[in-house]
Amino acid sequence: MIDVIGYILMGIGVIFDVFGCVGLIRFPDVYNRLQASTKCVTLGTFSIMLGIFLVTGFSATGIKALLCGVFVLISSPVAAHALARGAYKSGVSLWRGSIIDKYGEDTQDRPQIDK
Amino acid sequence: MSIFVLPLLLAAFLCLYRIGKGPTAADRMVAIDILGLIVVAVCALIALFLDQSFFMDITLTFALLSFVGSLALAKYLEGRSLDD
Repeated sequence: MIDVIGYILMGIGVIFDVFGCVGLIRFPDVYNRLQASTKCVTLGTFSIMLGIFLVTGFSATGIKALLCGVFVLISSPVAAHALARGAYKSGVSLWRGSIIDKYGEDTQDRPQIDK
Repeated sequence: MSIFVLPLLLAAFLCLYRIGKGPTAADRMVAIDILGLIVVAVCALIALFLDQSFFMDITLTFALLSFVGSLALAKYLEGRSLDD
């Protein structure tokens, strides 16, 4: 029974991964691509790792899978945030249909402290 | 096995398309980050289905290296040096 739950979790993870990469192709802007693909692929990879842990149980493979899943769940949003900030600082413009830019409003009002 | 791995390979090729075509450097870096996570998932599935437990060590190492590499690329994109 718990094997079936694990395989279902792996299937859900594979579906999330594929749709995240479709979003990476289809969206018009680097920020849209980042937010579409990062969330989907993070949840998909964590779900695959959780499914492997449920199938194998408390073996060496299962514990490593759980550890790797938790690490991906922590580290991937950090990397995505750093990439978005770097892209904004390097001057990549928003898509022409974007209507709001909160980060730009915040950084224009404040005086520049560093550099 | 193939019903799980083949869609992930398709997703990896979509990431490669974005790496090759992407208009700016930031698009390519986002696609490289996502490709790292896809490779992690494929290695974990290989470790499960082929019963080769050393692929799990490769999975952990690749996740760590992908995270550090993404941070370094983000700082390079921002225009700062790595020891800043």
